[in-house]
Amino acid sequence: MHSKSPAVAALKAAFPHTIPIFAGFLFLGMTYGVYMRTSGFSFWYPMIMSVVIFGGSLEFVATSMLLAPFAPVQVFLTAVMIQARHLFYGISMLDKYKGTGWKKPYLIYAMCDETFSVNYTAEIPEGADRGWFYFFVSLLDEFYWFLGATLGGILGGLLRFNTEGLDFVMTAMFVVIFMDQWLKEKHHFSAWIGLIASVACLLIFGADNSLIPTMICILVALTALRKPVEAKTQEAVK
Amino acid sequence: MTILQQAITIILCALGTMLTRFLPFLVFNTKKPTPKYIQYLGSALPGAIFGMLIVYCLRNVDVLHFAYGLPELIAIAVTISLHLWKRQMLLSIAGGTVCYMLLVQFVF
Repeated sequence: MHSKSPAVAALKAAFPHTIPIFAGFLFLGMTYGVYMRTSGFSFWYPMIMSVVIFGGSLEFVATSMLLAPFAPVQVFLTAVMIQARHLFYGISMLDKYKGTGWKKPYLIYAMCDETFSVNYTAEIPEGADRGWFYFFVSLLDEFYWFLGATLGGILGGLLRFNTEGLDFVMTAMFVVIFMDQWLKEKHHFSAWIGLIASVACLLIFGADNSLIPTMICILVALTALRKPVEAKTQEAVK
Repeated sequence: MTILQQAITIILCALGTMLTRFLPFLVFNTKKPTPKYIQYLGSALPGAIFGMLIVYCLRNVDVLHFAYGLPELIAIAVTISLHLWKRQMLLSIAGGTVCYMLLVQFVF
């Protein structure tokens, strides 16, 4: 039973990092499944969509797009707009996902907010294979979402737990990841830019339209401040 | 919508998502060295992204009407304190979430 395979070691290392996501995705996935069911779709829809799309916020929007008249161009553009933040994740993971072989296409396909955040920040213990670690975080997270969405779709409105507030688990996870990053980094230019740009754009553009302006602000600010940021980083290295 | 139109709608959502996830890896492949500017962005972006994700999670909090975002504020303070104290990821997240659930269910 005592396996020394790199995959098993990586699975053991990866699982604890996914526990908060298990709670969050099971709950949010169920909410999504119930929402689809009460919108008149059979459980097959959330079950298939949870795997094929694997992007929570878009899947909620997709439900209303499925109920509206067929508008393929608009659907595609909406999807790209809602998911545009993944471009940033890709740019940040270019190096980390290098050399992961056959797992790489799957890692990219399954790179949701939570998986990106864990895989970017997690310190992978010695002896655990990097590629397998990333792979299991991605796979477990997708499985949790699939499980939640499917259960929600099957059980529909039958569930009556008092789970109000459980969705905060995702916020708490991002707060902790933000803190870990903050404590690790040598200067906080980027963190402040992210916070200030997000709050400013939220106030100006409102809750539903602030992501793209926020991304543009972050990109412009980081580009404009490249010299001082790089100088600070250099200074810290010395 | 017909079943076919529904299938196309779902596939287009998936394609839109995959475009945003795959594009950086397709443009900056491993064969050529990544441009310095993109390398800089790759290292500078995450700090900003995590801030953005926190605000994104909180985007629907109404600070102008009751409960004025107080449950969120208190629960985040608890999460941060626990994390500064013990540095145990799961404990900080669980503590903050339980605190939030108690606040919204019994206090506010």
